[in-house]
Amino acid sequence: MSACEDRELLLHAFADGELDARSDLELEAHLAGCQKCAAELQGIRQVKAALAARPLGYVAPKSLLDRVEAAIAAESSPPGAGRRTGAGGWLIGGGIGSIGALAASLALFAIIPRGASLEAQLVDAQARSLEAQHLVDVQTSDRHVVKPWFNGKVDFAPPVVDLVGQGYPLVGGRLDRLDGRRVAALVFHRRAHVINLFIWPGAGPAQPVLERKDGYGLVHWGAGGLTFWAVSDVDPHDLQAFGQAYRAATG
Amino acid sequence: MSGRLLPFRRRASESERPSQLPGRPYPPGGRPGGTATTIPTPLAASRFRELILPHADAAYSLARYLARDPVAAEDITQEALLKAYRNVDALRSEPRAWLLAIVRNAFFDWRRRGDERLVGGAIAEAQMAEASDPDQETAEASLIRRGDVVALRAAIEAVPEPFREALVLRDLEELSYRQVAQITGVPMGTVMSRLSRARRMLGERLGVMETAS
Repeated sequence: MSACEDRELLLHAFADGELDARSDLELEAHLAGCQKCAAELQGIRQVKAALAARPLGYVAPKSLLDRVEAAIAAESSPPGAGRRTGAGGWLIGGGIGSIGALAASLALFAIIPRGASLEAQLVDAQARSLEAQHLVDVQTSDRHVVKPWFNGKVDFAPPVVDLVGQGYPLVGGRLDRLDGRRVAALVFHRRAHVINLFIWPGAGPAQPVLERKDGYGLVHWGAGGLTFWAVSDVDPHDLQAFGQAYRAATG
Repeated sequence: MSGRLLPFRRRASESERPSQLPGRPYPPGGRPGGTATTIPTPLAASRFRELILPHADAAYSLARYLARDPVAAEDITQEALLKAYRNVDALRSEPRAWLLAIVRNAFFDWRRRGDERLVGGAIAEAQMAEASDPDQETAEASLIRRGDVVALRAAIEAVPEPFREALVLRDLEELSYRQVAQITGVPMGTVMSRLSRARRMLGERLGVMETAS
């Protein structure tokens, strides 16, 4: 015994927020009087919740990204020009050992041009955290571990909350650098996606404000003398909801 | 924006043959870029790094769930990323959906190419047959309910195509019905019914949805 046959697909669209307002109201009215459809909707929501509770996506292996970068470097340099690409050219003057590590750190910081806008830096920091596989310094979903971890590493106390109930489980924390200063970065998962929340002393709007840049969403707000920037490629509405939930949870 | 649908339209126009077999989910051909690749402009590399590379995880993830094989998924993703790079000038909007459409096509290319899939497919079938043992299903359902990532991933992989890709695109990648329809080249109604089938199969495994009557 399941849902009314003609409403089964509508129930999924309803749960996904894909119905127009009129069909939405119509289905709500039907749900009030139809136990079978209400039970079916409950089931659909449980399946969606199970998929949302954990990050089920995969992370592209570093070796794969390296191969792609190498192929692009080879294709984009004109044949015979002998142009040095990437961090290799930077190293000639250095002539130091542990070239790999140095090259990696140069490559990471060289991509931020001086005077780049804050938004551009934030997007870069998000991309960097994913590409360098340096997502977290302290990996735990326990906010009571993450918060004290920042003691002595930054000169402020970032408020840490876990929003697992709202579908944004805490993954951990990391130190990052923006505009030459140390900032706290908290990492959350949203299904297959990563949300970086950057926090440092400053001001911001009382209510989270959504911006977009280069395919990423940025949500910005201020509270308690701190400025908050959440950056991610999740659905912008979800990022906005994340900002509001975080803002609410930290008072 | 007038160019909004362009990447998808481009794909459709390059697809010479429509899908021939009734119920066959994947029309052959129809790959963005195809073989007639243009030389990327000097800006292509920075555009690629800015717009496409941030979605490399999404690309690899889709390839993993389609191919159900980590090594093949790397090959498929690499091919797709390079194809995206060579055609990045054609990108107008929605870079993630555009890239995922390319990944999907690279997956079909890969599947057409080799016979090894017969072996892989046979193993997957056997695993699914095993998983339908009632005791094991109960154990699996309780693992899934506890949020075990490995068990959940296995449960998704056990959903047959074309239902699995609808599920992954919508519930993991959180694309809209419209985007899933464009990527998979089927009408929205088909997306909805595939998604409903996929969720029911998963819901039955989790013990939270009843078997369809």
